[in-house]
This record gives sequence, C-alpha cells and structure tokens, in this order.
Amino acid sequence: MATVELRDIRKTYLKDEIIKGVSLTIEDREFVVFVGPSGCGKSTLLRMIAGLEDITAGDLLIDGRRVNDVEPAKRGLAMVFQSYALYPHMDVYKNMEFGLKLAGMPASERSAKIRDVARILQLEPYLHHKPGQLSGGQRQRVAIGRAIVRNPKVFLFDEPLSNLDAALRGQMRVELATLHRRLNATTIYVTHDQVEAMTMADKIVVLQGGVVEQVGSPLELYHHPRNLFVAKFIGSPPMNFIPVVVETSSTESVTVRLPDETFLDVPVDGSNTPAGTALTLGIRPEHVALDEPGLAGQVEIVERLGAATLFHIRLRDGQLLVAQSDGAADHPLDSGVSVGLPPRHCHLFGADGLALAAHARHPLLA
Amino acid sequence: MAIKRPKSHTFAIGLLGWAIACWVFFPIAWMALTSFKTEVDAIATPPQFIFRPSLASYHEVFARANYWHFTLNTVAISLGATIVALALSVPAAYAMAFIPSQRTRGTLLWMLSTRMLPPVGVLVPIYLLARNTHLLDTLTGLGIVDMLTNLPIIVWMLFTFFREVPAPILEAGRMDGASRWQEMTLVLLPLALPGIASTALLSIILCWNESFWSLNLTSSQAAPLAAFIASFSSPEGLFFGKLSAASTLAVAPILVFGWFSQKQLVRGLTFGAVK
Repeated sequence: MATVELRDIRKTYLKDEIIKGVSLTIEDREFVVFVGPSGCGKSTLLRMIAGLEDITAGDLLIDGRRVNDVEPAKRGLAMVFQSYALYPHMDVYKNMEFGLKLAGMPASERSAKIRDVARILQLEPYLHHKPGQLSGGQRQRVAIGRAIVRNPKVFLFDEPLSNLDAALRGQMRVELATLHRRLNATTIYVTHDQVEAMTMADKIVVLQGGVVEQVGSPLELYHHPRNLFVAKFIGSPPMNFIPVVVETSSTESVTVRLPDETFLDVPVDGSNTPAGTALTLGIRPEHVALDEPGLAGQVEIVERLGAATLFHIRLRDGQLLVAQSDGAADHPLDSGVSVGLPPRHCHLFGADGLALAAHARHPLLA
Repeated sequence: MAIKRPKSHTFAIGLLGWAIACWVFFPIAWMALTSFKTEVDAIATPPQFIFRPSLASYHEVFARANYWHFTLNTVAISLGATIVALALSVPAAYAMAFIPSQRTRGTLLWMLSTRMLPPVGVLVPIYLLARNTHLLDTLTGLGIVDMLTNLPIIVWMLFTFFREVPAPILEAGRMDGASRWQEMTLVLLPLALPGIASTALLSIILCWNESFWSLNLTSSQAAPLAAFIASFSSPEGLFFGKLSAASTLAVAPILVFGWFSQKQLVRGLTFGAVK
C-alpha cells in the first residue's frame, strides 16, 4: 500500500506561517491521528497532503515519490470531509460513481464496485436516494463509500464524526476502526476529540500552533507526555498540576518541595535541575490516592459518573485537585480528606514545559 | 412562520401591498387603456375611464412600422447578450467565489462602480468606437454594449449564488479527479442552476428595456423595440393613442415573460437574504 513522508513541510498564508516545519513519517497501513486544539494547523496539514492547499516549502512524499506538485486525484488519496460534501444533485450511486467515471472506468466495473462497497456499508437500500433524504449517519457512510470505491492508497479523514450526535459518533468510531482493519489502508485522521484519537490511532500526532508537540502511540502520549502541552491536552479529566520547587536532585531522582512544605521524591532524571528550580508537578486524577498520607484538603464537588467518581478537592493553598476513584467511593461534601501523590505516577515539567525523563516506562510500553 | 401576527396586521400589510402594487402598475394600466382609445378620447380632459374601445391605434401602428422586425431584433439582442454575458460571467464569478485573491473585493466593487456612471458620459467614445469598427446599427454592436453594461450585475449575482455552494463539495470533486472545467460544469453549475436561471431572466429583462444605447447606436437595421416606441413620438405632435399602442406592444412580451417567471425571479433576487 503506501507510506507518507513529510519533510520540513511549511505553509505560509498572507505572511503568517501556519505550519512551521513539520517532519513526519507515516508507515504503510498505519492509522495516524492528527489532534490538537482548533487553529493548530491540523486540518491545513491534512489539506496539504490532500493537495487542496499548496505547500509553501518542504517535501511531501507518497510511496517515496515527491507529490508537491501533483494534482489531488493523482496522488492516490481519498478524503472524507467534515461536512460530508456529498454532491447534493446526485443520488448515492452517482455520488460514488463520479470519481470512477472521471477516471474512465467501464460502466460494468463501476457498477460491480459500487454494489460491493454499498454492501459493506449497508447502503444498498439507499443507492437511489439523494443525500438530502438520508440521515447524518447514512450520509457519513456515503462519504466513506465514495472514498473506498476509488481504492485509494491513503484515506484522509477531516473531523468526520464531529457533525454526529454522541451515540452515533461512538458507533461510527467502532465502524471506522473495523473498516480500517478490513481495508488495511494507510489512514490519516484529523480530530479535536481526544477520545477518537486515543481509541482509533496507532500513532497520534499532537499539534499546536503549527508545530508537532509529540508523536507516539496513544499510551505513550498518555503515560509519557513530552511536555506540559501534551500532558494537558491528552486525558480527560485532565492532569492535575501543582507548582513545586526542587530541594535536591540527582540523575536518579528529584526531591521537590510541595506547597504544604512536605517533600516528595520523584524518580526522574534531575541532572539539569539544580536545587531551587521551580517545576510543575503533574499527576493524573486516577493516580491521586485518596485517604493516603499527603496533601490535606476539603471535598468541594463530587461528580458521580457511575463507574467512577470524580472528587474535586480544594487544597490548603487554595488550589483545586481532581481525584478519580471508583464508583462506590464515598466522601461527603465539605469533608476533610488527605490525598497521596504516588511518586512513580508523578511527572515533572521544567520552566520550558519539557518533561524530565522518567526512569521507569509504563508496563504496557516497556 | 415562527411569530404569529394578529389578523388585523396581516390585513393591513395586505392592503398596503396592494396599494403599492396599484400605484406602481397604474401607469402601465393607463397606457394599456389609452392604447384602446381613439386619439380624441386619448387627450380628453377630464381623462375618460369609460369609452368606446377601438383598435384603430393598433391598426395604424401595424400599418406604419414592422413590429415583428423590431421584436425579432430585441429578442436576438436580449438572448445573445445574455448568453455571452453568462459565458463570461460564470468563470469570472467562479474564480472570485472560490479562488479569491486580495484584490477580489476591490475588483467586484470597481465593476459595480461602472454602473454608477451616467451612460451619457461615455456616449461619444462608445459611439466613435462603434462607428470605427462598423458596428453602428448592427445587432452585434448593440448586443456587445448591452452585454457589457449588464456584466457587472451578472457577475455580482452569480458571485453571490456561487458563494452559497459549500467549497468542500467542489473540493470533493477535485479529489475525485475533476478538472477545473469539470468541477464547474459537473458540480457547480447543476447546484447553482436556480441562481443562474434568475440571473439570466434579469439580464433578459434589462436588455429588453434598455433604451439609451438602443436609440443612440441603432437607426433602422438593428433597431429594437425601444426605437420602435420612440419612432411614435414624432415632431408633428404627440399621438397618445398610437404611442400607447406601440408601447403596449413593446412591453407585452416581456411582461408576460416576467409574469410566468416571477417566482424564479423573486427567489433569485432574495437568495441569500433569507438563509
């Protein structure tokens, strides 16, 4: 099938640099998700790969061939748009047929292909419906079908599920993952929804301000965020952050002073962080240990999600910390509680936002 | 309708609408009425509403001028100018709507500003241009001038219609392998067809009613209906009966045409305003 390689790709639009040098290799059959806040350049990057936007500088290679100046249709890609972008004046069959017809495929072959794809996507009863007569989920399937029939080397998805309601989105997510396994095609998927990114991706690319913040597997990003931005962006509810100061440091560990003047020994490489350096300690809500010795606080809000419970705890110094516990956990509102911060789950970030390297890898990533 | 209006409001609005319609239509109705009067009845004071209808004016008009010659000229100029204008405007509006540059806005406004110029201001240069290219009193000559005067409005209207077409649909076409031409003809045009139709209707009506250039650039061969009307306001005196008959004959076809296409026209002209 296909590999996609980006070499220092840049995009300047009216003197503003939107994409500031992105280098990336997407392996054959990989499902890569571009994720980031709105305006981070993820859609622009996808559109540059598609050929809908010019590439200002850098090289785009598909299967080793430079395609910067190749027309979209000749790059061997197919794209599914956020708004589906179906041809409203054509029925489902003709929507799927359009590209094949332009490519000069004989009618009998076209028909066989479309019926095949329609069967996979359960669109057979709707082949002669216009897009306006279909539901959101069905339109989405037609858009995917239109991409599949062309048998592309690479699938591009631009926030394809964001127009669907929550239930349908969950269902389509599973369908897309199943489809990817079945088609085994290289896929690039843009979303701002980190759940989509976490559940579907082989590899996530986190973008911010036109720069790649981190590339890695979902769990890599979750357990070993490279910097503060990724740590904040990935994970829901988000990671907690507490300002700390380095007391002593070595290559083995860093001992930090917490806001309540107690000390915590975190197993990360502290070779470049002398005593007195201000750092940010990060810990995920599910790692905060309720009723363990540690910081003292008061339960301010309890969010019961059923399977889990979120406790918003106001610490002595006024900061809010979120702790996730099981659904049966019970701490009444306004009750005092002590929260432990298990050192092996703590992340430390320097003033530049970069994480200090942890010594232990997460067991699933080891 | 989301808001329910009291019945008295609806009635008042209806009444007002009818009053304005009557006021606007009165001159045309009066003209049609006068065309069926004898010349004596036509200038009678006080004006007569009840009279003995006569076709005398019509007979005389048909005897004096070849109505069908003028009508055919008008039809040819209106259709020709509209078709050429559309052929030029569709690509222009497509480029402005989907591949805008920093100068697109300015170009659009500049184009429209040419409509604000009083035509008489360019009468001499245009007349000389037409004379030197041997286009005076030709269908081609008047057609070109009509086409060019309407071009800004047509480009503007098409631009507004095209902008209503979501860009991703065209991009999907490009991803499917459509060339720019195919993108325009196979995707954009079918989607914008209602808009193009109302633009064409408006252009035909504007060309049909155009009189300034018709009177100045044609004399006999290529004279359209505007010249036909004018030929009845003779220096020997005004004959209101004949003038009205000629005018009624000149506006009747476009009036009927407008009546049948009014739904399309209103839809086109308010397009985008009620999104």
